[in-house]
This record gives sequence, C-alpha cells and structure tokens, in this order.
Amino acid sequence: MSKRVGLEASYAVAEAVRMADVDLIAAYPITPQTHIPERLAEIVANGELDAAYIPVESEHSAMSACLGSAAVGARTFTTTAGQGLELMHEVVYVASSMRYPIVMAVCNRALSAPLSVWGDHSDVMAVRDVGWIQVFCENNQEAFDLMLWAFRVAEDPRVLFPVMVHLDGFTLSHVTEPLWLPEQEEVDKFLPAFKYQFALDPDKPMTHGAFGIPDIYSEAKKAQEVAFLNSKEIILQSWKEFADVFGRSYAPVESYKADGAKTLLLTMGSFSETAKIVIDEMQAKGESVGLVRLRLWRPFPYEELRQAVKSAETLVVFDRAVSSGMGGPVCSEVKAALFSEAVKPKVAGIVGGLGGRDMSVKDFERVINRGKEIAKSGSGEIIETVGIRG
Amino acid sequence: MEEQVIKFGKNMVPVADTLAPGHSFCIGCGEALALKLACKALGENVIISMATGCAEICTSPLPVTSWRVPWIHTLFENNSAVISGVEAGSKILMAKGKKPQKEIKYVAMGGDGATSDIGLQALSGAMERGHDFLYLCWDNEAYMNTGIQRSSATPYGASTTTAPAGKISIGQKTKKKNMVEIAAAHDIPYAATASIGYPFDLMNKVKKGAETKGPAYVHVFVPCPTGWRHASDMAVELGRLAVETGVFPLYEVEHGRYKMNVSPSTLKPVEEYLKPQGRFRHLPEEEIKKIQEMVNEEYERLKAKVAAFPLA
Repeated sequence: MSKRVGLEASYAVAEAVRMADVDLIAAYPITPQTHIPERLAEIVANGELDAAYIPVESEHSAMSACLGSAAVGARTFTTTAGQGLELMHEVVYVASSMRYPIVMAVCNRALSAPLSVWGDHSDVMAVRDVGWIQVFCENNQEAFDLMLWAFRVAEDPRVLFPVMVHLDGFTLSHVTEPLWLPEQEEVDKFLPAFKYQFALDPDKPMTHGAFGIPDIYSEAKKAQEVAFLNSKEIILQSWKEFADVFGRSYAPVESYKADGAKTLLLTMGSFSETAKIVIDEMQAKGESVGLVRLRLWRPFPYEELRQAVKSAETLVVFDRAVSSGMGGPVCSEVKAALFSEAVKPKVAGIVGGLGGRDMSVKDFERVINRGKEIAKSGSGEIIETVGIRG
Repeated sequence: MEEQVIKFGKNMVPVADTLAPGHSFCIGCGEALALKLACKALGENVIISMATGCAEICTSPLPVTSWRVPWIHTLFENNSAVISGVEAGSKILMAKGKKPQKEIKYVAMGGDGATSDIGLQALSGAMERGHDFLYLCWDNEAYMNTGIQRSSATPYGASTTTAPAGKISIGQKTKKKNMVEIAAAHDIPYAATASIGYPFDLMNKVKKGAETKGPAYVHVFVPCPTGWRHASDMAVELGRLAVETGVFPLYEVEHGRYKMNVSPSTLKPVEEYLKPQGRFRHLPEEEIKKIQEMVNEEYERLKAKVAAFPLA
C-alpha cells in the first residue's frame, strides 16, 4: 500500500534514489540543489542506503566519477543545477556517447551573469544537444515518480542512455506538498537490478572510450542517434508499465482542458501548475483557452506535439530562457516541429520567469492575451518578454 | 597457471604483456617503454583509467585496441575522478554482493599536462578523499601529443612551441612544478619518482604503489625523442643521466618520510644531460651555470628532507 506523506520535492528525489537502491552517488553541492545531496548523505550515513557517496571537489568530477561508476556496472546518481551543469558540460556529452545510464536530477537555475541562484531554464537549454533523455516535472509526485522511472529507462539494455530529470529550482525543489510513496515491493517490481553487460572487469577485459578517426566518427554518431531515437518506444512502454504498477500515468506531451480550445498555452516544468489556474479562470470567463505541457524534452516528441496542437488557431509558447539572437528556445523548436504540417496553429513566443522572477496567474493571462495579439498581427517572429520594468 | 618470468639478477620480469604490441608510439619513445614496464608490474587484475594524451592516442584507435586489461578513457582532465568512480563503484558492488570479491588494482595514468596542469584539481580531490588507487604520471615535460607546447612540468630553459627560445627569450622561464611534493603534501601513504633509466626500480615502485592501500602517486620520468630533440636511441640513457646529474632524483615519500633510492657520491655536471637535447641547445654558458645552481639547490633541499624525516 502506498502512503500519503508531505515531503519537499528535493527529499522526494532523495527518497526515490534510496528506494532505487542506488550503488553510487557522486555530487557537489550547489544552490538550489543542496537539499538532495544533503539528504542522501544523511541516508547513507544512517545506513538506510548501502551506497558509496563520493563528496567530489567539483561538478566536473561529479560527472566524471559517475562515468567510472557506471562503467563498472554500478547504479549511479548525481544531481546539480545551473553553473554546476555548465561546469560538467563536456562530461555530460561523454556520458551519453559512451552510453552510461547515469541518472541526474537538475534543479533548474539561471546562469551568470548577473549571479542568480534562482530558477529558470537557461541551464537546460545549454544541454539540449547532449544526447541525454530529458524530462520535466511539474510537482513533487512527478519528481518522485520520474526519478524512479529514470533508472528503469536508462538501464534498459535497449536504451543505455543517461537521463536528466528537471525540477525547477526553488519553485519546485523547495516546495513541500503531499505525495504518494510506494511500498518497496512495488518499486522492486518496477525497477529490476542493473545488469550491465559491458562492465569493466579484469575477467573480461574491454576498452571503453577509444578515439574515433574521421573514417569511423560519423558511423559512431549515427549509431548513437539511431539508438537514441529508438529509446522513445521504450520510454512510452516503461510509462505504461509504471501506470500498471503505481496507477499514475505519464505521457510525452500532456494537455489540460485543451479539447476544442482556440488558443493553447505551452509550458514546461512547475509553472504549469500556475498556468492551469489561469486556464480554469479564463475558461470560467468563457474564453476558449487550454494548456499543453511538454514533459519529454529529449528525444523531442514531434508526433505527440503535432497531435496536441493541430486543432488550435493560436499556440503561445512560454519560455524560461533566451537563446540570444534567436528568442525562446522552446518556441523555436516547436516552430520547427510544426513547420512541415499543412494544418497548424499560428505560433507566438513569449519569454518570462527569468532568474527566479515569479509568474502570477495575472502574468500568464497577459502572456496568453499578448500571444493572441502577436499571432493575429501575423508577426510570428516577435519574441516578447513578460513583466519587464522600464 | 604460474606466471612466466625472465630473471634479471634478483629481479623477475613477467614475460606476458598486457599492453599489446602494434601501438603507434614514436620510435624510441620513453613513455611507451615506461608504460610497458608498468603494465608488466601491474599484472592482469587491474582497471586503468587514462587521460587524453600520447599514451591514450597511441593505444586506442577505434576499432582496435592495444589493451588486454580493462581500460577506460573519457577526457583530458578527469581521470582521477573517473578512477574514483571505478574504485568506489567496484568496491560497493562487491560489498553488496553484486560482484564477486576480488583484489583489483585501480590505476589512473596521465601525462605531465593532464597531471600537473589541467587535471591537478581532480587528482588532489581523489588523493584527499583517500581512494584506493595508484596514479602514474608520465612526465615528458611538455604537451607532446599536441605538438610540444610548454606545461608547468617543462624545466627552466627548455624551448617549446609555446615558450620558444627567441632573440629575447631563453624559452621556459619558470621552474618545473614539483608534483611529488604536491602529492606528498596530501599525506598519502606512498609517493615516489621513477625513471626509465632504472627499469627495475620503476617496476618495483609501480608494484608497491599499486599494492598500497589508499592513494599512491608515482611520477615517472620519460624522455621524448620527438619533443626533446634527442637521438631516438638515447631515451634510456637520458633517463639515467637525469638521475646521475641530480636533475631528477629517485626517491620515495611515505606519509611525509623520505628515502633516496639512488645516491651518487658525486653528481655529474648537468651539461652532460642538457647537451644531447635540442630543446636546450640554445642555452648560453651562463644559463647552463644557472641551471646547475638550481639543480644543486633543489638536490640539497631534498637531501635535507631525507636527513630530517628519514623513512625507517
């Protein structure tokens, strides 16, 4: 029987790691991720999880230690945020290219300068292309569920890719709310032991990380890309199995009161909770609006997104990051996904919630209304920022 | 099966090589020889993490490999962190009964650039945390893999491509960073220098370092014919001359206690070591004199440490 408990999202992540019987944790503390490695250190210190805990001297070394750990076949976890994700950037590529199923929780944070420990999606957008499976959480239950699920999908022998689970810094990582915690038997049923057939072992010597001359590099990259795209099927299948065991279902793209809506708002992460409220309020006023949220960020869910938005007249994409000189990165990806469609909504992009700036229900109403205006004027390339003073 | 060995006096050297021939090191490479000897000393129950560099490039072009032992390369500056994960990961899997118990030696290897420059932080972290591993630094005193650029291990007066000798420069203007002292400052159980000029001493130190519980560091002197511009049959001889002149003394440090392994009654003049090398050929007499003084000073300082904190 599951039990209903009140838990901070960071602690929910740590609890999922404990229940997943992780073998090795290598992490470096950074705001707003600190509660996760702190709680895990406590859990290990109290003997509640039999794991090696490496208090590394940097995020670069955190991810590097994870490479070594995964290479010997240990279930491996790390966590970071913002600048930490940037510091480990080159190692993050190696993890996916060498097909190590590392799982990482990222408490999304803005990037310097100016220094900001608060949330936005700048750190995520800098790792769009690194070849990790990436999902966004909206609330504490999702943080727990997707963390547990991440090990299952990463370690599947048909997948063997690392997984990033994104939770917004502070607005999710530090929020306490009730969630269902499963029994250990249910977790064990869903998550089998990690059996890695390519583990470094003196009894069966293997070379990991040989270098690629021009004659072979392209083939290696192509093989990686094919495998990555193929992971989508396993992602869908494992979410179905998750629903069978735990009764909660997940999908790459999720719609909220979107049926028949002329205008759709698209969000990622915890702000979707606020967005749901604005949809409720605007619908109550008789407006034809709905919400679409992107859960699976990589591999990008082209088909599911097209299906979710095809009947709308206007799609307003809300970005919590700026791709300098190009606008909102999610918006440009959504536009690319819809480009070849015969029937598609007009797309408007609006940026907001940068560096921890709160987005109220009123703000989201402005986002939707302004997005409609932009779409109507046909200036599809305009990217605006909401809530900027002066 | 009993290991097959060749006997050299009191030294036994295994016949088997875990580093297969067919690699692509330069002719007369000191690092290739050191690596081969180290691998003989390490045996088969080992996992090696190697930094990007000559040894990595020369032994692992996809789809072939020279490695008969488990080997991992990921990046340039992180091999101490990778071996931390390999060691801690292997041990926890054994402790949890997920893997059979086995004595495995965990070894990280890197060049002087990977060790004393870009990877110093990761190495310091791994030593401070007390991982059970051996770090082997192949010191050929510059970034040889990318084309002889200076590192912090390049000695005073050497000409490299990024610190070249010129009309107003003698080349490297800084003193060689003392990595063994930095390692020893972490109060690790074993730190030592070794040179390919003393192959048995080298192998014994690698073995000792690998068998040490906790972090061990061996800094190996490996002349580079390509980068140092010396004759390709001179690497071993230069490895001896460096020790005989006091340029690269052989010693061990165990928890801060020192032992000199080779103590010539009188040191040869440094000129004998500098002369065969193109990288020092531009040096005028007064600079050679200055280098001699620097070597004497360093050597005296080391002797004083050996006298003050002797290893029993």
